[in-house]
Amino acid sequence: MTESFQKQSRFSRTTIEWFIRNTFLILSLMSITVVFFVFLFLFREGMPIFEKVSISDFIFGTLWYPTDANPVFGIWPMIVGSMIVTFLSSIIAVPIGLMSAVYVSEIAAHRVKEFIKPTIELLASIPSVVMGFFGMVIVAPFLQDVFDLPLGLNVFNASLMLAFMAVPTISSISEDALNAVPRSLREASFALGANRWETITRVVIPAGLSGISTAVILGMSRAIGETMVVLMVAGGAAAIPRSIFDPCRPLPASIAAEMAEAPFRSDHYHALFATGIVLLIITFAFNLLADYLSMKYRMESK
Amino acid sequence: MDRMVRRKITEFLGLALIRLSMIIILASMFAVVGFVVFRGLGVISWQFLTDEPRDSMTTGGIFPAIIGTLYLVIGAVIVAFPLGVSSAIYLNEYARNGRIIRIIRFGINSLAGIPSVVFGLFGLAVFVVSFGFGSCILSGSLTLGILILPVIIGASEEALKAVPMTYREASLALGATRWQTIKNVVLPAALPGILTGSILGVGRAAGETAPIMFTAAAFYTKVIPTSVFHEVMALPYHIYVLATAGTHISKTRPIQYGTALVLISLVLGVNALAIIIRARIRRRHG
Repeated sequence: MTESFQKQSRFSRTTIEWFIRNTFLILSLMSITVVFFVFLFLFREGMPIFEKVSISDFIFGTLWYPTDANPVFGIWPMIVGSMIVTFLSSIIAVPIGLMSAVYVSEIAAHRVKEFIKPTIELLASIPSVVMGFFGMVIVAPFLQDVFDLPLGLNVFNASLMLAFMAVPTISSISEDALNAVPRSLREASFALGANRWETITRVVIPAGLSGISTAVILGMSRAIGETMVVLMVAGGAAAIPRSIFDPCRPLPASIAAEMAEAPFRSDHYHALFATGIVLLIITFAFNLLADYLSMKYRMESK
Repeated sequence: MDRMVRRKITEFLGLALIRLSMIIILASMFAVVGFVVFRGLGVISWQFLTDEPRDSMTTGGIFPAIIGTLYLVIGAVIVAFPLGVSSAIYLNEYARNGRIIRIIRFGINSLAGIPSVVFGLFGLAVFVVSFGFGSCILSGSLTLGILILPVIIGASEEALKAVPMTYREASLALGATRWQTIKNVVLPAALPGILTGSILGVGRAAGETAPIMFTAAAFYTKVIPTSVFHEVMALPYHIYVLATAGTHISKTRPIQYGTALVLISLVLGVNALAIIIRARIRRRHG
């Protein structure tokens, strides 16, 4: 009797194991399923606008009058706005983020590191609405005073705030890349008589370059998708900015600012979802590129 | 000799530049936090925290926004925690097939890279409209839950990885099955780390604005929600609307500062807690 009991329980044990294993498998496929549904629903709600406007008129059209009697839907100014603030913010954030990574991985003493790494992590966790608020209340009046501008909410302000939000991403991923550079390379460089600066710039950074480029791309991707900051400090004008002190309206700001007032399933509503598609595709492409680079980098280091 | 001097100067300037960048980061971090604390501290009072907004939001407190954010965040964690931990368990304990792992990882990375406003659109199209939940706690929590899923997976995986292989081997050698090993040995050992993950998720969900703008947040509700189908006020959204919309922007400045301070204390406090717990765990295993 004991024997048959054991036999039966062993059988059910493997069944239970099989069941549990596959439950976990199914649950862990949730992420990719959600990504699929994000695409599906954005396309479902966004595509109808292309019955009214051609795709090229939508993307390259320079006029955005969604609520006019004869509405015009062109998001080129928003695309340009997104490109400019992302580009400018990376010009600021890349050197600062990279140098701080160098500091943490190559220069800082252990105790300093213990303090600085969590601080950078905390910086990453500051809510974007607070950054936007800071940009509105402190940075905007400051810029107005210093550069004698009529408006403090502009491309430059938005880029500054975005840079600030991209720095932690760039810094922590670059640091991982630098840490992965073998000790022996540094020692070889020192043994040849190179000083610390020369070792950093000619040995360590080149060796970590593909990891660093992943960091830069992910930082930029974060800046493109960031919503609250550009909504609050970019100024909101749906026109192509002529200078960095002009207001602009990046893609996420356009969606966030107008979605609440767009009547359900109107052309305006569909056009905003289509704007979301463009934003999603851009960030997705950036992430694919980052994935590809980090994969290449892992293969190289093997 | 001249070349030697030039190299020395270059090194000195280069290293100074690196230190300067570090100072810029720290200074700007303290500028932002300091600004919020300095301006907000005078506004905070018991009444501010426990009263509802009055006189079309120009006076009174932010109690409904605090409660709303609390509900949204709890809902998001309820959604994301089981999914996140399960994914981490599968990836770290079960998965051997390289192709399935790659597919799952690709999903997680893609999810992590989706802009928050796109999550807002998704939540609007799916939960608010297709499921017919309307703009409410449920829709907002589901949207935020999806958003923090990668955070929870990442932290849980790190926690599972920190459990020494010998624990598993000992349990399996005693005749335990894989699931028994996970349930009785691996998960208890990894629990503090996994909880850290959900804490990080809380911090992230509490600070997000764009995903709840069209799925849950209301400009003003007097009632404290009693059902998951109620709209709620939320701290980040409250800051945003008061600072940008309406006719009383400068009149409500103090309330904006106070709300920002409450939000930033919540988010930074929660993150600091997670960092401390994680440092303890690392020390124990290191």
